[in-house]
Amino acid sequence: MDHQPPPFFKRGPAPVALLSFYVALSAALLVLDARFQALEMLRQALSMFSLPLQSLAHMPIQALDGFGAYFVNVERLRDENARLKRARLGNVATLLRTQQLEVENERLRKLLGVKERQQASGHAAQILYAARDPFSRRIVIDKGQQDKVVAGQPVIDDAGIVGQVTRVFPFVSEITLITDKEQAVPVQIVRTGQRSVVFGLGNGQLDLRFLPANADVQNGDLLVTSGLDGVFLPGFPVAKVVHIERDTAYSFARIYCLPLAAVENFSEVMVLDPRPPVALPEQLTSEASGRDGRSPGKSAGKKRRLRKD
Amino acid sequence: MQTSYSSSRILLPVWPPFIGLTLLVALLLNLLPTAAWPAMPDWLVLTLVFWSVRETRRVGMGLAFLSGLAMDVADASLLGQHALAYVLAVYGGSALSRRILWFPLGQQALHVFPLLLLVQLVQLAVRTLAGADSPGIAYLLGPCLATLLWPLLTYLLLLPQHQPVDHDANRPL
Repeated sequence: MDHQPPPFFKRGPAPVALLSFYVALSAALLVLDARFQALEMLRQALSMFSLPLQSLAHMPIQALDGFGAYFVNVERLRDENARLKRARLGNVATLLRTQQLEVENERLRKLLGVKERQQASGHAAQILYAARDPFSRRIVIDKGQQDKVVAGQPVIDDAGIVGQVTRVFPFVSEITLITDKEQAVPVQIVRTGQRSVVFGLGNGQLDLRFLPANADVQNGDLLVTSGLDGVFLPGFPVAKVVHIERDTAYSFARIYCLPLAAVENFSEVMVLDPRPPVALPEQLTSEASGRDGRSPGKSAGKKRRLRKD
Repeated sequence: MQTSYSSSRILLPVWPPFIGLTLLVALLLNLLPTAAWPAMPDWLVLTLVFWSVRETRRVGMGLAFLSGLAMDVADASLLGQHALAYVLAVYGGSALSRRILWFPLGQQALHVFPLLLLVQLVQLAVRTLAGADSPGIAYLLGPCLATLLWPLLTYLLLLPQHQPVDHDANRPL
């Protein structure tokens, strides 16, 4: 005969069984997310619940901010206004000529038969907060799928490149800053025209890699985007070289740079429209499709994730 | 004579919505934009561990897993990172609960400290395996601060259960 314990002793599965179940489930989620990036739908669904809570948590802080801004000194506002007016007047000459130069450049390029440069256009967005994850450098802005933001769009501020949109939610999107360890930007040194790739270091600095120890780089050199990746438009300032270590034991120089944009500060940013994929010449397309059957334009807008080492 | 600790006092039964309320408040505290202070304690895991020690049957690993997922989405970290750490901490809390409650508050906090440290170390291990950078020593300061807060938290969260059973009209409090 079967002796069952009385029902008031029933406590569900044993704790160790439950623990192994949940640990296995979390491990499966971790692998799916880290290896295959296959859980974006689940993340978006969960964000529908967490986002309202998050905005609720931010409400008192925003209220405090607004309260402080209300009592800003009139004197300071007047000063700022005067300074901005002066700055605008100072820029006006360059700006007017730039517009003319751009038109002229376009005409000359047409004459030469070179492909036209794409005009930079985009939407301004407000930075909401920095993501709390201490292992990466990301910020969240207030534009999302509703504003037709897609993953891969470059983000700039008034001084240079800030980062790249890596994840889009319905109302917000996540930007990986150029100082993040997983973010890479193809750049060009303005003074010499040499091209390389700049990687984030995770501590607010950038690392210009794969330049030989005897490369012509100096402190203070300006790095601008080279545009070779098909994601960032060419010519945007990225960083300035601050420190160079040339060790003959290594074949590459260690070159440290500081970002020019106010990357780690709260401000307004501009989300640039994605670049249209550049079509390859006929011959290359047929060659590429013959080899692996992938269309060449597909990878241009995709999120770049450069594997290290 | 046996020494009497506050933990052996007979308390009123807990009001279950109060547990949910405290967990919600802890989640909101966690969602504050405190990225600039890496030493901020993880309020949610502190509250979860507290209730898993006090109310093992009500707050279990399922709730810890769900809260962990919520934190993963809100923090933009790997999905499952917080969930794994929270589940382990709550399991440790409920497994140790019979032992922990025998001790006075200071020693209870010392028992809780390894659990809170485990939460950070598990996350550190997961992210290091996935190729992230080390977040600095301040990351391990959070559990220390949370441990110091344990007596205060115990006092606050047990306040509703310390009320007298019979209300005296002449002494409302």
